[in-house]
Amino acid sequence: MHELALLIAAGIASGTPLLLAGLGLLLNERAGVVNLGAEGLMLIAAVTGFGLAFYTGQTWLALLGGAAAAALFSALLGWMVVYLNTNQYASGLALSLFGAGISAFVGAALVGKKLEINQNQGLPLLADLPFVGPALFQQHPMVYLAVALCLGMVLFLYHSKSGRLLRGIGESPASAHALGFPVRRIRWISVVVGGSFCGLAGAYLSVVYAPLWVEGMVAGRGWIALALTVFATWRPWRVLVGAYLFGSVTMLQLHLQAIGIEIPTQFMSMLPYLATILVLALISRNPSWIRANMPASLGKPFHPG
Amino acid sequence: MKSTSKRMWMRAGFAVFALSASTLMVSCGKKEEPKEVAKEAPKAEAPKPEPLKVGFIYVGPVGDAGWTFAHDMARKAIEEKFGEKIKTSFVEKVPEGADAERVIRDLVAQGNKLIFATSFGYGDAMEKVAKDHPEVKFEHATGYKTADNLRVYEGRFYEDAYLAGVIAGKMTKSNILGFVGSFPIPEVLRNINAYTLGAQSVNPKIRTKVVWVNTWFDPPKESEAAQSLINQKADVLLQNTDSTAVLQTAEKNGKFAFGWDSDMSAFAPKAHLASAVLTWAPYYEKAVNDVLNNTWKTEMTKWGTKEGMNDLIKISDAVPEDVRKKIDELKAGLKDGSFAVFKGPISDNSGKVVLPKDEVADDAWKGKINFFVKGVEGKVPSGK
Repeated sequence: MHELALLIAAGIASGTPLLLAGLGLLLNERAGVVNLGAEGLMLIAAVTGFGLAFYTGQTWLALLGGAAAAALFSALLGWMVVYLNTNQYASGLALSLFGAGISAFVGAALVGKKLEINQNQGLPLLADLPFVGPALFQQHPMVYLAVALCLGMVLFLYHSKSGRLLRGIGESPASAHALGFPVRRIRWISVVVGGSFCGLAGAYLSVVYAPLWVEGMVAGRGWIALALTVFATWRPWRVLVGAYLFGSVTMLQLHLQAIGIEIPTQFMSMLPYLATILVLALISRNPSWIRANMPASLGKPFHPG
Repeated sequence: MKSTSKRMWMRAGFAVFALSASTLMVSCGKKEEPKEVAKEAPKAEAPKPEPLKVGFIYVGPVGDAGWTFAHDMARKAIEEKFGEKIKTSFVEKVPEGADAERVIRDLVAQGNKLIFATSFGYGDAMEKVAKDHPEVKFEHATGYKTADNLRVYEGRFYEDAYLAGVIAGKMTKSNILGFVGSFPIPEVLRNINAYTLGAQSVNPKIRTKVVWVNTWFDPPKESEAAQSLINQKADVLLQNTDSTAVLQTAEKNGKFAFGWDSDMSAFAPKAHLASAVLTWAPYYEKAVNDVLNNTWKTEMTKWGTKEGMNDLIKISDAVPEDVRKKIDELKAGLKDGSFAVFKGPISDNSGKVVLPKDEVADDAWKGKINFFVKGVEGKVPSGK
């Protein structure tokens, strides 16, 4: 029983960066912008966060710094895709490659450096509960913050005026424009905020989760997060479920190995993508399903006037 | 009109952005030591013999600890030792596979006459390039393929793994040890088995759990594997991967682990029990001397505790005195040949006897290990 609790805990910790990045990308996509730069943004944030943590010793400063660095580069991406109408896919890919390069370049001196490690404290009282304590309440505070951000995202998108406006822009930027809303500015802000979520995910990886910096350490999590938004059919709670599911699959595969059950690790690491393809195939079978779920203007540039 | 020129300017900005991304991708990785060049520059009067150019290929970044770090320490040591007689350079983070061949050819093209490739997976690439360049001497760490100008060298890592096992067997409370494996190759299987045998020599109840990560260097994945082992009650971990992640995960969980390939004691003050270190310098010195004196010939070098290539250092204060004494005795036994790690009877974990009683395994036997000894859980993954 205790082992199961620990497995759940590890799955949640492993899924948290996917959740954070997935929420950010969801926000982007709800406003109609595809951000293929997530992997690069996470790497930039990971190296920035690790550097800050190494030189200042402040974990929270490091996490915020990582988010800020990613926000900065997202602002650049947003400027290109929203104001210059560059191709969203090409620009995002460029940012991904650029992020991989610049993070390796800047981070060369930080490879193999060490951060002070703190044992996870968990939540007071709740952490001592049997089973649910070790399963849910002995995590790093970032894990809970990610859940809170998910709740915040739901409240914002579905229960606030500006959230509805943002979704409206994702559906029909022309209508929003006709009603006098600043479509481009709102899209740009969504790219910046979404990017900072990716940054938080990257910094969590290097500062809390590993905690180490090494070139390319995000190791495809940015792409999984992108797949996750589709898998979740652009709903925040489903992103949370999907992220924890993908995280658990990763941990389960290692867990089964240690028990002695042999499953090719390569098979397990392809599962998230396979699941995404399946979901895509399923929702594509029914056009009204797609219309109901996918932001209609996703990936399309908007020219005012 | 104003808006079109603004747009063009912005487009140009994007092009520069994309270009710089690609150049950065290309330019990272290659590093040359400028020190020797500076030394040569001021004196031009007496024509000096051309320095022997020695190239190194590393699988990971040099960093502050680990496998590649140990090789780079040795590179610096020979540079110090031979001074102006040699000139070294290295390329780090070279992936095993097709890219390696390109890098090795590049090192040959730059005039390196002695090339060290420091990871198992460079073997095929090395063999191909060696065939095309008989004038260059090639050295492959932990490899098994040789040619007229290609030879292999290796440490006896399993000796350290055995010693670590002895400590682990005494320190464990759960009697479950954990091992984070890279790839199921004989070198790694030997270490898993030696670790287990060492622990069983002092604690017959030992069981070892193994998790494979299929990489030499991926800290988040190594952490996850370590966490998974700890979750299943393993409380002393050893790894064959190159980063400090396993050790740091043990520290986070209040468990024990070992440093591997270099002194990692600073990374986890409480969890660190000892570090298995490799001193490559004496071998690299020999190889350079062989080339300088024209005595280089193909062979398979295996050095261990006896030759000073392997050692287990920085044993933690948490380890009881009698265990430290036992380690010293075992080291002495390895040095004078009175003790061998793989000595019969040894049976695999299906119960089959793989080494009869009192028989001492030879290098051929060790090179073909493809099983887990009794006490290791699970099966060796099949199919590569």
